[in-house]
Amino acid sequence: MLGLNKKDTSLLLIVAVLTLLAPFILNPFPEGSAMAQFNAGYPDLMQRFVIFGIFAIGFNILFGLTGYLSFGHAAFLGVGSYAAVWMFKLISYNVIPAILLSVVVAGLFSLLIGFISLRRSGIYFSILTLAFAQMSFALAYSVLSNPKFNLTNGETGLQVYADDPQWFHRANAPDLPHLFGVSMRSTYTMDVGGWSFDFNAGYYLCAVIMMVVFYLAIRIFRSPFGMMLRAVKSNQQRMNYTGLNSRPYTLAAFVISGMYAGLAGGLMAAMDPLAGAERMQWTASGEVVLMTILGGTGTLIGPVLGAGFIKYFENIFSKINDNVLHSWFAFLPDGMEDFMVFIIHPFIGKGWHLTLGLLFMLVVIFLPGGLVEGGQKLLNWVRGKRKDKKTSGKTEPAE
Amino acid sequence: MSKNDVTRRRVLKTGAVAGAGLAMPTVFTAQSASAFTNEPTGSNVILGFNVPQTGPYAEEGNDELLAQQLAVEHLNGEGDGGCLNTFTSKALKGNGILGKKVEFVTGDTQTKSDAARASAKSMIEKDGAVMINGGSSSGVAVAVQGLCQEAGVIFMAGLTHANDTTGKDKKANGFRHFFNAYMSGAALAPVLAAEMGKERRAYHLTADYNWGWTQEESIVASTEALGWETVNTVKTPLASTDFSSYIAPVLNSGADVLVLNHYGGNMVNSLTNAIQFGLLDKVANGKDFKIVVPLYSELMAAGAGENIKGVLGSMNWNWQLQDEGTKAFVKSFGEKYEKPPSNSAQTCYAQVLLYADAVERAGTFNPCGVVEALEDFEFDGLGNGPTWYRGADHQCFKDVLVVRGNENPTNAYDTLEIVEITPRAQVEYDPEHPMFAGGSLGECNPGS
Repeated sequence: MLGLNKKDTSLLLIVAVLTLLAPFILNPFPEGSAMAQFNAGYPDLMQRFVIFGIFAIGFNILFGLTGYLSFGHAAFLGVGSYAAVWMFKLISYNVIPAILLSVVVAGLFSLLIGFISLRRSGIYFSILTLAFAQMSFALAYSVLSNPKFNLTNGETGLQVYADDPQWFHRANAPDLPHLFGVSMRSTYTMDVGGWSFDFNAGYYLCAVIMMVVFYLAIRIFRSPFGMMLRAVKSNQQRMNYTGLNSRPYTLAAFVISGMYAGLAGGLMAAMDPLAGAERMQWTASGEVVLMTILGGTGTLIGPVLGAGFIKYFENIFSKINDNVLHSWFAFLPDGMEDFMVFIIHPFIGKGWHLTLGLLFMLVVIFLPGGLVEGGQKLLNWVRGKRKDKKTSGKTEPAE
Repeated sequence: MSKNDVTRRRVLKTGAVAGAGLAMPTVFTAQSASAFTNEPTGSNVILGFNVPQTGPYAEEGNDELLAQQLAVEHLNGEGDGGCLNTFTSKALKGNGILGKKVEFVTGDTQTKSDAARASAKSMIEKDGAVMINGGSSSGVAVAVQGLCQEAGVIFMAGLTHANDTTGKDKKANGFRHFFNAYMSGAALAPVLAAEMGKERRAYHLTADYNWGWTQEESIVASTEALGWETVNTVKTPLASTDFSSYIAPVLNSGADVLVLNHYGGNMVNSLTNAIQFGLLDKVANGKDFKIVVPLYSELMAAGAGENIKGVLGSMNWNWQLQDEGTKAFVKSFGEKYEKPPSNSAQTCYAQVLLYADAVERAGTFNPCGVVEALEDFEFDGLGNGPTWYRGADHQCFKDVLVVRGNENPTNAYDTLEIVEITPRAQVEYDPEHPMFAGGSLGECNPGS
C-alpha cells in the first residue's frame, strides 16, 4: 500500500491504530481506582507523546541513518515554536500558517547550522551543534529579548497578548489556536462505566500529522537516498575515496531532521500558545538523544516508543508523592507502611530522574538495540515457545 | 522497491481507517455539561500544588510544598488550625471548603516555563484541579498564569517578584500575594538614604533576564529619586557561577555601593566573590563601601553564610515578626517540620487560605465568583498585617520588610534581622504606573 512493502505497511497500520485509539489504550484503569494514577490518556500528555514522537523520528533520520550525533536539535524545535507563536501574534490563531512557517524557518536555520557543522564529523560535529544550540538558547533567553528589540520575550516565554495585531482574526473564531474554528483544546469526554476517555481535537491533529511524517520517514529509510545515508554511517571515508561527495547527502538529512524538529516545535506551540527558551537548552537536545537510543537507534518505530517512555516517566512518575504512596500501602501495619514509603520515596516524585536513569542503564546494558530489540526478543521467545521452530528472528537493523 | 498490489479488501480497509480519521473531529463540537472547568461534584475538591522540586530553586519549592500541605490540614480541621484562628475573615470552619474535603496533587515545575505548564495542565486535565498554587520564578508564574486563564481555573502565584506578573502580563484568573520589584525599591530607598546618605554612586550587577531588568529598573528609579547616581549597570548571564570578572571593574569605577540584582545561587556566588575581593573593607569617595541585595530569602542567606553579615535587602515576610498571624503560622509549621518557614512558604500558605476563604464567601468554586470575592478584599491575620488585594491588577498590598544579614546569629535560622517594617502606604503605586502599564486583566474565564 502507498508504495510500501508488506512489512512496512503493517507497521504503518499498527502505528495508525495505536495513535487513533490512544485515548482508550492509555486509560486502562477506571477513574477513581487506585491505579488511575498510571493513566496517561489526558490530552496534554497524549499530545506530548506524538509531538516528541515526531521530534524523535526526525532526529533518527539524521542519527539513525548517518550516525551523525547532533547535540543541538532542540534549537530547531525552539525556533519552530517561536515562528509559530509569531504567526499567532501577527496573522491569526489558525494553526495552519503557524505550522507551515515553523517548518520553513526551522529548515532554513538547520541549513545554516548544518552547512557549518557538517564540515566536521564525529565528536567535533556534536560539539559544534551543541555550541550552536547553546548560542541560540542564550540569544533567546536574554539577547533577543531586550526591551528595544523583543523577539523572544526571554525567560517568560513568548505568548499572545490581547493587543497583538492578529490581522486575520475573525470575531467568531476561538481565542485559542484552532483549525478552521475547531479549537485545539476542545475535548469530547466519553464516559463508559467507570472509565472516562478524552478525545481531544489537538491530539488528533498531531496524530494525523505524525502518521504522515512517519510514512515519510519509512519512504526515506527505504529509498536510495536512505541507502546512501547508511553508507555514510558505515564508512564515510571509503565513500569519499570513491570520488563521491557525501556532504550534500548529510546536509539534506540534517535539514530534513531539522524540519521535523521545527514541525514538532510548531505543533507544541499550536497545542499551547507559548514558546519558552528552555525548549532550546542542551538538556532538551540531550532528551531527544535519550529517546532515540532508548527506543532503538535506526529502527523506524523505536524513537516513537522512546519518546513515549520518557514523557510517561516525566509526567506520571513525577506526580506520585508520599501521600499517594501512603494510600497504596495503607493495608500494611504502620511500621511496614512507613518502611515501604521510605524505600520507594527516592524513586518517585522529584526522584523520577533517578528511576529513568536506572532504566536507561538497564536498557543500554542489556538491550543495546533499545526497546525495539526487547520487543523482538520477547516476540521470538513467545514464537519459539509456540512452535519450537527456529525463526530468522531479527529484522534487519537499519545500519 | 515499492509494491503496489491494490486489492478490493485493502482499498476497503484503507477507506475505513481514513473515514474514521476524518469523522473524528466532528465529535469534538459537543460540550460537557458542567458550568465551569473541573466543577467539584463529589465530596472532595482537588487543589494543584505546582512547585519546583528539581533544579536551582528546588529547596524553595520543597518549603512551599510543606506549607501547602499544612494549609490543607488546617482547612480540613486537622492540626491546631494555624492562621484560621487569627484570620480576620471567619468564613472558614475547618470542615474543608464548602463542606468538601480538600485533597491535593503535586507537580514539578523544574523552574522551566514548559515543564511548569505541562505539570499544571496534567493537574487540570487529569486530576481535575480547580486551583493551581505555587512556583518560585516569575517566568514560570507568568507562563502558568496564562495557562490558567485559558483553561478557566484560578492561579494563586507563589514566589514571583518581577513587576510583569501583575503588570503587563496580569490576568483576571491570576492573583499575586508576594511583593514585587517596585515595592522593594520603594521600601529600600529611605533606609538606604538613612544608612548611607544621599550622595552615593551605585553600580548594578543584574541577572540578564526579565526579573533582573524589572528589579534593576525599579531600584535605579527609586535610588535616583533620592539623589544617588547610577555609575553603571552590567548584565550578567544567568548561567554564570563565577562573577570575579564582573566584580573587578567595580573597584575602579568610582562607585561606592554595589547593588546585586541576583537571586538564588547567582546571588550567593556574586556576593561571595564581592566579599573575596574585599569590597566591604574598601573606602571609596571617602565613604565605606556597601553592598545591597534588593531581594532576600532565608535560603539564600543560609547559602551565603558569613558573607551576608551587614548586607541590606528586602523581604515579603519573616518568621521573626511578632504579630498574631505570624506566631500562629510559625508555631504550627515549626511543630510539624521542626524548622521555621521561609517567606515563599508563607506566601503559598496564605494563598491557599485566601483561595479557600474566597470560595467560601462566594459560595461557589466558579472562578468568576472567586475573582469577585478576592478583588479589593481587605484582610489581616495571615502574618503581613492589614493587607489589600487590589482589584485593578490582582496585586496584594501590605507592609514590606527591610532586612540586614545578622552580625551575630544565635542559631542556624537567625541569619537575618529586621531593620524596618515599611508601611503599606509607602509602597503603593498607581496600576497605570509606567513600570506596570501595557497589559490588561481581561475577563475572568470560567472555562467550560
